[in-house]
Amino acid sequence: MSNSNEFEPKIIAFVCNWCTYAGADLTGTSRLKYATNVKIVRFPCTGRIDFLLLLKSFAQGADGVIVSGCHPNDCHYTSGNFHARRRWIAFRTVLDLMGVDIRRIQYSWVSAAEGSKWADLVNNTVADIRALGPYTEYQKVADYLEKEGFDEEA
Amino acid sequence: MKIGYYPGCSLTGSSREYNESVVALAKVLEIELVEIKDWNCCGATAAHVMNEELSLSLPARIMAIAEEQGLSEVVVPCAACYNRLKMTQHDLEDDAKRTRVVEVLKMPYQGSLKIINVLQMLEAYGSENIKARVTHPFAHKVACYYGCLLVRPHSILQFDRVEDPQSMDSLIRVIGGNSLDWAFKTECCGAGFSVSRTDLVAKLSGNILKDASDRGAEALIVACPMCQSNLDMRRGAINKTLAQPIDIPVIYITQAIGMALGVGALELGLKRHFVNVEL
Amino acid sequence: MSKIGVFICHCGENISATVDVERVAREIGGMEGVAHAIDYKYMCSDPGQTFIKEAVKKYGLDGVVVGACSPRMHEPTFRRACAEAGLNPYLCEMANLREHCSWVHEKSEETTEKAIDLVKMLVEKVKKDKPLESIKVPVTKRALVIGGGIAGIQASLDIANTGHKVILIERDPSIGGHMSQLSETFPTLDCSQCILTPRMVEVAQHPNIKLYTYAELESLEGFIGNFKARIRLKAKSVNYSTCTGCGACIQKCPVKKIPSEFNAGLGTRTAIYVPFPQAVPNKPVIDRVNCNYYKRGACKICEKTCQVGSIEWDKEDEIITEEVGAVVLATGFDVKGADFFPEYGYGKFKDVLTGLQFERLASASGPTFGEIRRPSDGAIPKKIVFIACAGSRDPAKGIPYCSKICCMYTAKHAMLYQHKVHGGESTVFYMDIRAGGKNYEEFVRRAIEEDTVNYVRGRVARVYEKNGKLIVKGVDTLLGGQQVEIEADMVVLATAGVANCGSEQLAQKLHVSYDPYHFFAEAHPKLKPVETNTAGIFLAGACQAPKDIPETVGMASGAAVKVAALFSNDELVREPVVAVVNRLAPPLYSTCVGCFMCETACPYNAIEHEEIKGRDGSLIRTIARVNEGLCQGCGTCVAFCRSKSIDIQGYTNEQVYAEVMSLLND
Repeated sequence: MSNSNEFEPKIIAFVCNWCTYAGADLTGTSRLKYATNVKIVRFPCTGRIDFLLLLKSFAQGADGVIVSGCHPNDCHYTSGNFHARRRWIAFRTVLDLMGVDIRRIQYSWVSAAEGSKWADLVNNTVADIRALGPYTEYQKVADYLEKEGFDEEA
Repeated sequence: MKIGYYPGCSLTGSSREYNESVVALAKVLEIELVEIKDWNCCGATAAHVMNEELSLSLPARIMAIAEEQGLSEVVVPCAACYNRLKMTQHDLEDDAKRTRVVEVLKMPYQGSLKIINVLQMLEAYGSENIKARVTHPFAHKVACYYGCLLVRPHSILQFDRVEDPQSMDSLIRVIGGNSLDWAFKTECCGAGFSVSRTDLVAKLSGNILKDASDRGAEALIVACPMCQSNLDMRRGAINKTLAQPIDIPVIYITQAIGMALGVGALELGLKRHFVNVEL
Repeated sequence: MSKIGVFICHCGENISATVDVERVAREIGGMEGVAHAIDYKYMCSDPGQTFIKEAVKKYGLDGVVVGACSPRMHEPTFRRACAEAGLNPYLCEMANLREHCSWVHEKSEETTEKAIDLVKMLVEKVKKDKPLESIKVPVTKRALVIGGGIAGIQASLDIANTGHKVILIERDPSIGGHMSQLSETFPTLDCSQCILTPRMVEVAQHPNIKLYTYAELESLEGFIGNFKARIRLKAKSVNYSTCTGCGACIQKCPVKKIPSEFNAGLGTRTAIYVPFPQAVPNKPVIDRVNCNYYKRGACKICEKTCQVGSIEWDKEDEIITEEVGAVVLATGFDVKGADFFPEYGYGKFKDVLTGLQFERLASASGPTFGEIRRPSDGAIPKKIVFIACAGSRDPAKGIPYCSKICCMYTAKHAMLYQHKVHGGESTVFYMDIRAGGKNYEEFVRRAIEEDTVNYVRGRVARVYEKNGKLIVKGVDTLLGGQQVEIEADMVVLATAGVANCGSEQLAQKLHVSYDPYHFFAEAHPKLKPVETNTAGIFLAGACQAPKDIPETVGMASGAAVKVAALFSNDELVREPVVAVVNRLAPPLYSTCVGCFMCETACPYNAIEHEEIKGRDGSLIRTIARVNEGLCQGCGTCVAFCRSKSIDIQGYTNEQVYAEVMSLLND
C-alpha cells in the first residue's frame, strides 16, 4: 500500500463504544477501504478519555491521535460527550499555548450510521499527518524530562 | 419635570392642535419641554418602505442631536414618530447597522436616549398629581382609541397591553371620565391611505366610530395625529358609508385632560377639529 | 506470570483472505505471558468454542483473547464459553480483526502487522484484567404509582394483577383525572364515566392496591429496586374509617359558591365536598381555605349534621414512608385557560370557553345537566364557533408543539352540539385535521358530512363581544383568504395541552429529566417511550406528551410490564462494568479528597457521599462512593477525577495505558 521509504504515520484512535466503534464496524461491514495506520482503542464513552493519555501517546511515539464519539445530544450516557467536548476545547488552547502541535489531534463525531464518514476521517487524518511528518519533537522533550526527572524540589 | 420634546411634522402641520394641547397641558403641569434643535422628519411610513438606511438615519439624527443637547429622555406625542424612533433605537443595537448610520450622520450616536410617548409621560408625572389639579371633572362617556403604532410590536415597545390596552382609559378615569369597554381599540383606521384610498379609510374608520357610537360614546379619545385625522377630517366620507351619520367628536387625550384641568378651548386647539367639539 | 490463551479466527475467508492468520497466531504465541495460541476457521462455532473451553482447562488459562469479528457481535458468546469452562467471563476480550482490519484493508504486510498489533493490544489489556462478579441489587417488589387518572389506574391494575403490591397516590380527593370530566369519548362516543368508573372501583377494591387520595409525594430517595418514598397525606378533616359517605354534611354546608374544579370553574361546590358523584373514594374532604370554621372559627354545621361524628377539625397532614422498588409517573396534563388569549378576550368573556369547560356543559352530570347553555345568561346558543389550535403550534405563544387530541375532541364537541341543539349552526376554524387513530378519520368525516358541522380552514384573529354576541373574525384560506365574520353565541377554544402544575418540582424530586415544556423525558424517543433515564422510574400517559386515551392505556400497560419485569427476579443482576472509588487502609481510607467533581459529571446520580467515621463516631472525612445499582459505566467521572481515585472496572487506567503502550512500543 505504500513505499517502504515513505514515512508511515502511527495514529491511535480513541473512540466510544456506542457510536464511533459501531460506525467503524459499519465501515467494515460495508467493505469500505481506508489506511492501515490507525488503530482503535475502545472506551465506553468519550467522557472516559483522559486527555493526558493523548499526550502520553505522543510521548511514546504516536504521530497523530483521533478522538471520536457520539454526536452531541446522542450520547449513550446522555452527557459524556458534552464533558469530552468541553475538555477538548479547554485542552486545545492549553496545548497550543504550550507549543504542542494540535494539528495532530483530530477531534470528531462519528455516529453508528456513519461508516463512510469514519473511512474518510481516517484517510484524511492519515494524509494530513503524513504531510506533517513524524512527531519527534514531543517525544524528545518527554524523554528528556523523564531522564532528568521532574521533582527537583524534593 | 424637564423633558426633551420631539413634535415631528404632523404636530407642526395638519395636527397643530395636538401640539397646542401638549404644550398647554405641559405648562399647567409645570413640565418643561425642551424641543430638540434642528429636528428633522422621522421618515414615517415613506422612509421605511423605500430605503432601510434612510429609515434608520433620519430617526438616528434626531436622537443623536438630542444626546448632544444633553437630553436623557424625550417625549414623542405622535404615535408614528414614537414607533419609528423606538424601532430605530432597537435596530441600531446591531453593530453593522449602527456603524453605517454613524458614517451617514457624521455624528456620534450612543443609543442611550429614553423615548417615551405622551401617555407614558403622563403616567410618570403621576395620576394622583393630575387628579389633584382637576377643576372641571370630565364627566363624559368616551371610547379610548389607541390605533396600531402605540402598542405594537409589543416585544420592542413594551408598552401597555397589545389587545385591550388600558393606559388612556386609566387617565380618563383619573379626570373623572367614564371610559367604555369597547372592541375596536387597536383596529386599523386606514392609516396612510388617507389620500390614496380614502374609500378604505372611510370603511375602516367607519367601523371604529360605529362600534364606539353603538356603545354610547360621546367622543373618541386618541393619541395619534393620523388616527385623529382619519376619524375626524374624513368624517364626510365616513358618514357616506354609514346608514346613520355619526357626529361624535375625536379629541386628543391631552385636550381631554386639559379640559379637566380648566385650560381654555382655544388654547387647547379644540376649535381646529372638523367635527365640532361640544362636550 | 500470565497464562493467556489466544484464538485467531479465520471467519471462513473473511479474515484469512486479507490477514495472514497463521502468522498472527504464531507471533502472538511467542509473546511473554501467552501460554497458548491457535488459529481456527470458525471460532464462534461449537467446535471453536470447545477449543477455548478445553484450552482453559488444559493450560489453566487466566485470560483469553479471541481475534475475530467485532466484540459487539460475539463478546457475549465467548464470555459465556469461558464462564462454562470455569474462567471468569470478564477475563475474556476480543480483538476486532474483521470490521476494523480485514474488511477495510487490502491484503498486505501492513494489514497482517496491524492485526498483530491489535491482538497484542488486547493481550496487554487482559494482563491487567481482574475477575469481576455481576452486581446483584435486591429488589423491593412494591410499586409506587403517582397519579390516579386513567394512566395511573391502568398501570396500577396491570401491576397488581401480576401479583405485586401497588401504592397509588393521587393529589385530588378522588381518582379519575381528566377522563372523569369528559362527557363522551371519541371515536365511539362512549360515555366516559361509564367506562372509567368500573376501573376506579376495581382499583379501590383490589387487594394488591393501596390507594391514598388527597396525597402527594414529599420526597423520594434511593435507587432502582430500593426506593424510599415519603408521602404527605393531606388532612381531609374527615375520618374515613367512620364516614359512611351519606352526604348529609354536603347538603347542609352554607359555603356553596366555591368555583368547582371538577366543573372547570363553571359550577360551584361547597367547602366540605366530594368532587363528583362517582368519586372514589366517595367520601368528602374539607377545603380548609374556604371553610368558615378554618377561616374564622364559626359554623361547624357539618359536625352537627354528621350522625357518626366523622369530622376531625384538628387533624394535621401526616407523612408516611413506603419502601418501593419502582415508580410509575402518571401525573397527566392540564389545558390552558381562556385567559391565556388576549385576542380572545383575556378570559373576560363568559361565553368564550375552553374545550374542557365545554365537556362539562355537555356532560349529563355537569352544571347544566348536559344542556349546552351560555354561562352568561343560560340561553341555548344557536350559533357556536369552535377554534382549533388555540395556543398550540404557535411559537409566538411559546407552544410550538401540537396538542394531538384537539382535532378529535373538537369534532366530537361539534357533533355533540349538533345532536343536542337541533338546528344549531356550528363552525370549526382549523389549520389541519389530525385524525390519525383507528376510526378517527371516519369520525371527523361524520361530523362534516352527517352532522353538518361547517369546517373553515383558517385562523381566528379576534373575538370580541357586542350586544351579547361574540363577533368572531376569521378567514377562509381555501376561498383565497376571504374574511369570515360570525356573530356567535358561544366560542369554544381547543386550548393547548400543557404539563400539569407541579411537574417541574416533581421531576426534580425524582431526578427525572424534563423538556422545556415540563413534560417528562423518555429515555429514547423511539425505542424507550415508557422509561426514563433514571433507572426504576417509568412513565405513563400525558405527563410525557399530550396523547389520547388508547395511547395512554397502552403506555400504562407498557410501564406496568417494565415494572413486572423488574420484579420478576428477587435480585437485579447488572454488568459489573461500573466505576469504583478506591479504598485503602486507615488512616488514608482512600485517595479521594471529597471534591465531588465526579458527582457533577454523572448523569445517573450514581455518586453518593460516604462518611468515614472514627471509632468514636466522629466524622473524619466525606468521600465519594459509587452506587453500583445506578452506575451505567460511562467513565466520565474517571476522566474528571483529579486525584485519580475513581476507576472503571473493565476500562481501568492501567488497562487503557497498557493498550496504548503496546501499540506504540515496537
